[in-house]
Amino acid sequence: MATTSTRNAEAQLDLLERVWAERKGLLGWITTTDHKRIGIMYFFTALVMFGAGGVEALLIRTQLIGPHQTVLSPQAYDEVFTMHGITMIFLFVIPMTTGAFGNYLIPLMIGARDMAFPRLNALSYWIYLGSAIFMYAGLAGGHAPNAGWFDYVPLASKTYDPGNNIDFYGWGLIFNGISSTAASINFIVTIFKLRAPGMSLNRMPLFCFAFLAVSFALLFALPSLSVAALFLELDRNLGFHFYDAAHGGDPLLWQNLFWIFGHPEVYIIILPAFGIATAIIPTFTHRKMVLFPLVALAEILVAFLGFGVWVHHMFTVGYPTLVTVYFAAASLIIVIPSGIQLFSWIATILTGTPEFKTPLLWIVGFIVYFMLGGLSGVALAAIPFDQQVHDSYFIIAHFHFVIFGAAVFPILGGMYFWFPKLTGRMYHEGIGKLSFWTTFIGTFVTFFPMHILGLLGMPRRIYTYPAGMGWTFLNALESVGAYVLASGLVLIVLNLFISYFRGPVCEADPWEGDTLEWSTSSPPPAYNFPVIPTVSSPYPMWDKEDRELDKRRLERGEGLMATGHETLATTMQDAEVDEILSMPSHSIWPPVCALMLFGIFAMLLLHHYWIAFGFGVAGGLALISWHDKEAHAG
Amino acid sequence: MTIRHRARCRLRRVRGLRGLVLVVCLLLAGCGKQSILSPRSPQAHDIRTLWWWMLAVATIVFLGALGMLGLAWFRRGTPGLPFFGEREHVSQALVLIFGIGIPLVVLVTLFGASDVYLVGQTSPPPARDTAMTIDVIGHQWWWEVRYPGTDAVTANEIHIPVDTRVNVVATTADVIHSFWVPQLARKIDEIPGRHNRVLLFASTAGRYRGQCSQFCGFQHANMALYVIAQPRAAFNAWLANMASPAVSPTTPTARAGEQIFMANQCASCHQIRGTSAQGLVGPDLTHVASRRTLAGAEIRNTPAELRRWIADPQAIKPGARMPDLGLSATDYDDIAAYLEGLH
Repeated sequence: MATTSTRNAEAQLDLLERVWAERKGLLGWITTTDHKRIGIMYFFTALVMFGAGGVEALLIRTQLIGPHQTVLSPQAYDEVFTMHGITMIFLFVIPMTTGAFGNYLIPLMIGARDMAFPRLNALSYWIYLGSAIFMYAGLAGGHAPNAGWFDYVPLASKTYDPGNNIDFYGWGLIFNGISSTAASINFIVTIFKLRAPGMSLNRMPLFCFAFLAVSFALLFALPSLSVAALFLELDRNLGFHFYDAAHGGDPLLWQNLFWIFGHPEVYIIILPAFGIATAIIPTFTHRKMVLFPLVALAEILVAFLGFGVWVHHMFTVGYPTLVTVYFAAASLIIVIPSGIQLFSWIATILTGTPEFKTPLLWIVGFIVYFMLGGLSGVALAAIPFDQQVHDSYFIIAHFHFVIFGAAVFPILGGMYFWFPKLTGRMYHEGIGKLSFWTTFIGTFVTFFPMHILGLLGMPRRIYTYPAGMGWTFLNALESVGAYVLASGLVLIVLNLFISYFRGPVCEADPWEGDTLEWSTSSPPPAYNFPVIPTVSSPYPMWDKEDRELDKRRLERGEGLMATGHETLATTMQDAEVDEILSMPSHSIWPPVCALMLFGIFAMLLLHHYWIAFGFGVAGGLALISWHDKEAHAG
Repeated sequence: MTIRHRARCRLRRVRGLRGLVLVVCLLLAGCGKQSILSPRSPQAHDIRTLWWWMLAVATIVFLGALGMLGLAWFRRGTPGLPFFGEREHVSQALVLIFGIGIPLVVLVTLFGASDVYLVGQTSPPPARDTAMTIDVIGHQWWWEVRYPGTDAVTANEIHIPVDTRVNVVATTADVIHSFWVPQLARKIDEIPGRHNRVLLFASTAGRYRGQCSQFCGFQHANMALYVIAQPRAAFNAWLANMASPAVSPTTPTARAGEQIFMANQCASCHQIRGTSAQGLVGPDLTHVASRRTLAGAEIRNTPAELRRWIADPQAIKPGARMPDLGLSATDYDDIAAYLEGLH
């Protein structure tokens, strides 16, 4: 009997391989709907963007290394710092967290075979790539956006910025926003409906809670940005006056719309980092998170409260005290859910038996910088103090500790942590630690002195400064720090690149990790799991009996769902088996649709509105073809 | 820097010795040309006090949390806490106390001190509670300064009487700027369609640098100004001079310079009260020679610098609205001679 069922299981695995196989070669990547391949494409695109943003940062720091430098002209400096902001926020961090980490890991963590809408997922990626090319086309042509990443009007209006620099920004962000909107809908449905049987909401990994919170935040925040950008383009190109005070508009409308998006955005950037931290900490401390349910609630609460604080970016615009005080109070309240998470991480590390390997080191670095950035953030909620240091280098110090120290460090730690899962090989631990310490020290030297510069009155976004202000030494120090920081990042890339070819081969679960992605082989097969696992706690990999059960089911050939391109849907709250979903497979139409969208936005930028309409019609036709089902290999 | 000035700075350093951080900051601050750490008004002083308190509390919190991480490293082989062992409810209490309890107390205190009490001190008072009003109008990339009720107009230099509450009305002629003189007052944005106000007050006479702090285009970096706080009598004399029309040129070169000025583009952008030059695009030049700086306080107002600025503004301030005029070298000499006479 046993041999028959084993043979049966092998036949079913063969069948699974064939059903989930995609095209070979380059065409396979272009038409893929596999969340892992899409995640990898996101990863490399975002990595290139990180490199571009990093080069821009080094240019800025080189220009500011001393007074009266001429590395960049004032015009070039404005374009470079604007592109640095846009790149790091819209083209690096968000695609890297939601696009790369979320895409690759969420289905694996919840025990699904793909995202809920695989073709929409592919479309998200191609739109993201398109929007990155679109915005960098401006830079390549010498017309990059140049009014800062928050692009205040009227500086960004046609009167004061007559070229099409700002149009690359306006249309580019609307274009980019479509990608994030599609991705967040996809995550919400995936997390709600595709969890493995038994993974009720209270047993869902904290990583997934973070991504759920981020997806909802994106969904509600992005419309405000898109509307703001649309108004901007209507003002600039079609004679509207939304932001024009001389014609009854209001420049503050832009600031409000932008920051209604822009502040939730900060939490959108940092919540995935919290998620990565909560994935790495239990694994390396060998214990469960302290106060798991409270941390989950805190993640959701941060995303929610983030919508009520935007005016703290506008304490100096002259609003009445009553208005500013409300937003100051709301900003202070956010400290509580952040504090819960912070001390839960610390308490878990403290009461566990931490192994300070490279991934955990990055998380410790993250905790240190999150505290520094968080504490200066609390200070900024004191309105009079904010009114002093607003738009000074104090702010630059604050948000780089939050966005680089706190949001990017976990990304870098996550790269080490999941590297064995993606490649089946182990990175070099010694160089890993070296890269951490180099980056950690570089980050401190680059950004910490900026607090002092801000207190000494140095405003942000100045391309040069006079000697004799007491700013020279600190600026030079920061620039040196920036090169140290950059060399730390280069070390990471080298470590992972060489380890991909030379690293020792490792088993499926080298860390004794706690979540389901470690249960499948490294790298995972196209169908992720031969048998959809069953879950009975938030730490499914530590429930040895459950995993034994999976193994026995595989041996018996039960529940492989090998007859079609399928995954399991479960109920939203309790994750009881609901139905078997037939999943769409690879398709050329998502990249075609993205190409049509690119055409629309390029033509809008060039004022060829009828051609843009033509691309719209073509895109609509592509959407109809989208629903074609091609024959499966099976 | 005079010896007396230096001595004053040293004295300040000694008085402010409250810890290593403070000393380092002040050393770096030097004599704090534009530093919020060397305030010269009660408002700016209160904000600095708030800052030192916040820094002290933040340092304790940070070091405390860092200590916990350090402890975690030392006990990395041992599960649980010292004294309490592996009791889960103690770990949970740790999170609740440090994550919710202590922050609540600190935040409520901070809110009360800064956002209930101090915010009232730094808000602009009603105009009737101030002794005088000055209009500060931001331009790309210089500051226009007007004294309502008089004819006085100047640029990049705000004279105020010392120990006097001055109501500054901050507006803009083009894009958003932000008026910030850190030693005297919090900043206030200048936004199209809005008349924002801020209290300007100087407890001691002196020269205080300020700078635009909202990105406003290519030359945002070179949009600075000086507030000059002086005794009442000196201020009154200055204001009376500012309000008067320009003096006529006396030397032949200066007279030639006046003619070139009036005949060329200069007069279409600049005003010199008492002459035919009535342009309102650039700074009023009626008393340009009395000012200490030029071009948004980028360069000092010396004869050589003035000549250099007139002849080639784009080399000094790329992107500035002032064009290269394409005149001859002697024309520039003459114009400079004329402007130098406008005290």
